[in-house]
Amino acid sequence: MMREIVLPGSIVGDAKSKLPGKGTFKEGDKIYSSRLGILEEKGKYVNVIPLSGVYDPNVGDTVIGVVQEVFKNAWIVDINAPYPAFLTMEEVPWKMEYGETYKYLRVGDVIVAIIKLIDEARNIEITMKSKPCRKIEDGIIIEIQPSKIPRVIGKNASMLNILKRYTKCWIFVGQNGRIWIKGEDENVNLLIKALRKIEKEAHTFGLTERIIKMLGG
Amino acid sequence: MLIKDGIRIDGRKPDELRPIKIEAGVLYRADGSCYLEWGGNKIMAAVYGPREALPRHIQDPTKALVNARYSMASFSVEERKRPGPDRRSTEISKVTSEALESVIFTELFPRTTIDICIEVLDAEAGTRCAGITAAAVALADAGIPMRDIPVACAAGKVDGVVVLDLTSEEDKEGEADLPVAIAPRTEEILLLQMDGHLTYKEFEEALELAIKGCKQVAKLQRQALLNKYKTFEVK
Amino acid sequence: MEIPEVKRVSAIKKDYLARLAKEKKRPDGRSADEYRPIKIERNIIKKAEGSARVKIGNTMVLAGIKLEVGEPYPDSPEEGAMTTSAELPPLASPEFEPGPPTPDAIELARVVDRGIRESKYIPFDKLCIEPGEKVWIVFIDLHVLDYDGNLFDACSLAASAALQNTIIPNERYGLGENKPLPVGSPPVSCTFVKYENFIVVDPCLEEEQIAQARFTVALDKNGDIRAMQKGLRGSFTIDEIKNIIKRAQIHAKKIRKLLGEGNGKENQKS
Repeated sequence: MMREIVLPGSIVGDAKSKLPGKGTFKEGDKIYSSRLGILEEKGKYVNVIPLSGVYDPNVGDTVIGVVQEVFKNAWIVDINAPYPAFLTMEEVPWKMEYGETYKYLRVGDVIVAIIKLIDEARNIEITMKSKPCRKIEDGIIIEIQPSKIPRVIGKNASMLNILKRYTKCWIFVGQNGRIWIKGEDENVNLLIKALRKIEKEAHTFGLTERIIKMLGG
Repeated sequence: MLIKDGIRIDGRKPDELRPIKIEAGVLYRADGSCYLEWGGNKIMAAVYGPREALPRHIQDPTKALVNARYSMASFSVEERKRPGPDRRSTEISKVTSEALESVIFTELFPRTTIDICIEVLDAEAGTRCAGITAAAVALADAGIPMRDIPVACAAGKVDGVVVLDLTSEEDKEGEADLPVAIAPRTEEILLLQMDGHLTYKEFEEALELAIKGCKQVAKLQRQALLNKYKTFEVK
Repeated sequence: MEIPEVKRVSAIKKDYLARLAKEKKRPDGRSADEYRPIKIERNIIKKAEGSARVKIGNTMVLAGIKLEVGEPYPDSPEEGAMTTSAELPPLASPEFEPGPPTPDAIELARVVDRGIRESKYIPFDKLCIEPGEKVWIVFIDLHVLDYDGNLFDACSLAASAALQNTIIPNERYGLGENKPLPVGSPPVSCTFVKYENFIVVDPCLEEEQIAQARFTVALDKNGDIRAMQKGLRGSFTIDEIKNIIKRAQIHAKKIRKLLGEGNGKENQKS
């Protein structure tokens, strides 16, 4: 079974009775898809949930970033978006003097951060001041297509809970397509396989049942 | 004599396309990709981005740059071509970038580039149309927001007859070549080039034929994108 | 695309690969002496005199062969010649940029070239048309389409396979009938990398990104050495090199079976 897949230019609704939501646009009295994705109607809105594409950052998103550059008073962090993010020394949980940034985070270090601000020119600022932000010191990071992240979490975190329960792994999902996992090697391998399956079959029905089966449920 | 009893040298009727095969999402590293065979043409297209435009001074604070690069492999033609861009491929890269940009919602991604790589691996007339057609599929596969999926096809004139989708002999010996790219939903013209000799009436006929060809190819593009998600089977 | 990768290797990824290496494990679950699946397809480019597409895991390269009539080198007036070029187009990786060949691309082409030349795979004395005047020049063009590590072996294999179905285009130059290019026994290239004192064959991209040293060895059908190249900033001990060559001899035997001997077109009527 497959959900209905639409393509750029597909008619997805009538603008007289519906409103164009995410991944759509209006032209004349029709609503069209702008993306390759799955059709979804929510109230008056017609949305297209993309099946591919880069991570599109939003304020409040929790992301996993990799430090790219260290300045005297700030860091540049790759958050898997088209734009790098700025993290200033005021936005970290550690107290430091100007010029001491390198003592806390170096190039290649991995962090959990929250997107604090996005301006019109898409300059992005992130913060590490609130929960669950931290520096990641162990485990591994798996990258999947950012568009598949909602499926990894599932409705009310249902899929995520299944993954946790059956693999006994620590799982932390960044909205930018990066997933931090920790556990026994064997369990981690199984979890990675499950994540790849979710990524590949995100557009199908009955995925939860198949994942449970795969994990030995 | 290129047309005999209404049949062309490769056995096609004047309004018939060469065989076309399209596959979406064939490359591992690219954000979106497409492999296309069109007659004797074999094309690989890849899309990267939107990603930060570098160096920074090329960034446009209002929109994404669309940067297509058309390139021919040195073994794709009869006489080995020296690697690297020449004047012909530079021009094709430019008109291709412009044609594709017109359907992309570039304002959603200021300061970025969307890089489109078109590699002609085997060439047999009509590579620019095949390249645009493949690039458009790769763009959709990469999840780039667009008003439509562009498509391209050429018409021309051979032995006084207006024909669709020229072969290399027809291109060399024929009287005119008219490559056209459109947004199939609205029939907007995104690219149009012509060389040769056509009366106004023949032009009208050729344009109509090219658009008809584009619409046939557009169906194959959409099918290829859907196939990528259909190949998965639940056991 | 399945795994968009971290632009720079992150600290914890390095730690993770290092920990696996200590247990002699690799990130994709292979053993130290295990190639990814290899797939060879021949005769795919009509305009080329010979061609082959090789996949090693997710890495994909295309080799195309063109033959042209040219002048021989003054020191070998009765022998044909060959040049090898490699293209790393932006299509194949987010890190590749357009422009003239980079030092990486040139090294790659020259290492592949040496393996073919030194194993006498192409009998240049049979490529003379008119002594001192006209000989066949063989152009080997290596086009990388998808880069997930180990371009050296993929390109060498693609070149060898493409030469095995290459035609001498006599007709195009009014020199009589087209004929298969005679070839001998192909060289087989095996590449290893070293990271955290762990030496593995056929590195994937993740491994290449953290590799300290690389070693490529091209062997002939007797297991004799025809070309070698040590690369990257790290080093090997003498024993490590000896060991690598012995390991390569075992791999090369298996890979050679995929290639077979001679030109497949010799038995066909064109």
